[in-house]
Amino acid sequence: MGVEKDTVEVAPDVRHIPGTPAFITPLDKLINWARTGSLWPMTFGLACCAIEMMATGASHHDLDRFGIIFRASPRQADVLIVAGTVTKKMAPVVRRVYDQMPEPRYVIAMGSCACSGGVFRTYSTVQGCDEFLPVDVYIPGCPPRPEALMYGLMKLQEKIRQEAGRWGFWR
Amino acid sequence: MAPTVEIHRKQIGHPEWDEPFVVNMGPQHPSTHGVLRLFLELDGETIVGCDPRIGYLHRGLEKLSENLTYSQALVLTDRLDYISSAANNTGYCLAVEKLLGLSVPRRARLLRTIVCEMARISSHLLWLATHALDIGAMTVFLYCFRDREWLLDIYEKICGARLTVSYTRIGGVRLDFTPEIVEELYRFTEEFPARITDYETLIDVNRIWLKRTKGVAVVPPEKAINMGLTGPSLRGSGVPYDVRKFKPYDAYDEVEFEVPVGRNGDTYDRYRVRMEEMRQANRIIRQCLDKLPETEGEPVVAEGAPDLLMPEKKKSPQAVPHPKKGFLVKGAEVPVVPEGEVYVSIEAPKGELGYYIVSDGSGKPWRVRVRAPSFVHISAIPEMVKGHMVADIIAVIGTLDVVLGECDR
Repeated sequence: MGVEKDTVEVAPDVRHIPGTPAFITPLDKLINWARTGSLWPMTFGLACCAIEMMATGASHHDLDRFGIIFRASPRQADVLIVAGTVTKKMAPVVRRVYDQMPEPRYVIAMGSCACSGGVFRTYSTVQGCDEFLPVDVYIPGCPPRPEALMYGLMKLQEKIRQEAGRWGFWR
Repeated sequence: MAPTVEIHRKQIGHPEWDEPFVVNMGPQHPSTHGVLRLFLELDGETIVGCDPRIGYLHRGLEKLSENLTYSQALVLTDRLDYISSAANNTGYCLAVEKLLGLSVPRRARLLRTIVCEMARISSHLLWLATHALDIGAMTVFLYCFRDREWLLDIYEKICGARLTVSYTRIGGVRLDFTPEIVEELYRFTEEFPARITDYETLIDVNRIWLKRTKGVAVVPPEKAINMGLTGPSLRGSGVPYDVRKFKPYDAYDEVEFEVPVGRNGDTYDRYRVRMEEMRQANRIIRQCLDKLPETEGEPVVAEGAPDLLMPEKKKSPQAVPHPKKGFLVKGAEVPVVPEGEVYVSIEAPKGELGYYIVSDGSGKPWRVRVRAPSFVHISAIPEMVKGHMVADIIAVIGTLDVVLGECDR
């Protein structure tokens, strides 16, 4: 008797019960797997980086193959990609968009401006969107290349895969 | 107020509905091309008033340039109209060169013209992609980005950056083209006209496209001039004003090209003008490439162009009057950038982009003012949307091709 003896490990932490179509895996892992495969970012362009974000989502780089589909409504989005300079006038709006997103929600700071203010050390610019948002992944660059954004999204997927009991009822 | 609104009000006959209904659009809206915010006063579906609010991307670019040297401030001009950064760089460099009295080598002028026209193509491609996407044509978006990616790859080969290029320098350009770049550009110019024809077959006679663009936001020529429209938005109304023709800069006096104009001044005509402009830009690139071998081996930066961190003063080659004593002194120190003010305007993809620079003789500009076409175009939105339906706002914002980075600065 024992899980190790009667089942076969087909993937890390995923065990198959021979002769049945049943698998055993922790619930966290299953949910994280589902979340990683369908990260829906919010279409929210602020400045220059938004153009690179569009280029990443468009035909050449094609984010759809990661299950990443841009949504126009915060109610349907999982990830907020802060693409561009956040000004002090814009910051409350960005925060409101974040608040409107359902949990679990993640934030990617794309570009130097969103990470730290970048070259715009002025009276009107917020010095990094982490001043008012919990940022998960920072992508430096001015603007970051599409490959950098894809790498950032994959880093976020790695992060989601590792989380256990952070959100929801199974904590 | 449009007459349709009056009729509409009478039909409703409800006392509360006499008040216009105020709807806020933006700053978070996928179709406002950035962070434009519009307060719309509606009567049913009809727009009776529109009040654009800007400043959501005000980064203090002009103020920031006052604390940087002229060469350093060049980097900030990339972030004005980030879709066509090469054109912004060129405008700024032309202004500083006029201040310094530098003359640019011919090869550098040709190279600048090439990157400017590449910027025009990539800007118009992005415009077509987003405009078509807003109106409902998803396929065009994907095709346009495919070609745009090719252009960005060429940019990357030229200077190492895709979007914010900073390729031009005060007095020339940063690097010379390698033979591979010239070859690739030749290939691009050969294939690109066929690609434009492809897009035209997709949407030129598309019934939905025609319904959404024909007769929408008609601007008569006089009104367009009065509202201060420039660039393709003005030429769509039939006014053949183009800075490249009227006051040629760089190598535009050497090349042949036509200025396409529209007839009716509606959204469809402005679309046609931009499509034709892409063909002309392609033609200009081709001509410049043909002229490049003539200037083989020339330097790409003018002699005496300022360094990145330039000193405030230099030894003057001629005798200059002493500031206090009044007589001529040999070897005296004079400011690197002389006092004075210049205004230079260029034909950016969005319209007429002007730089007004005031120098007080120190190594840093005393004031930089940018005449951004988008800022003027946004002020024309209320006039253009009045009496139209809510859905037409998307078409109007798209047709004016506004970029908020340039508008708010």
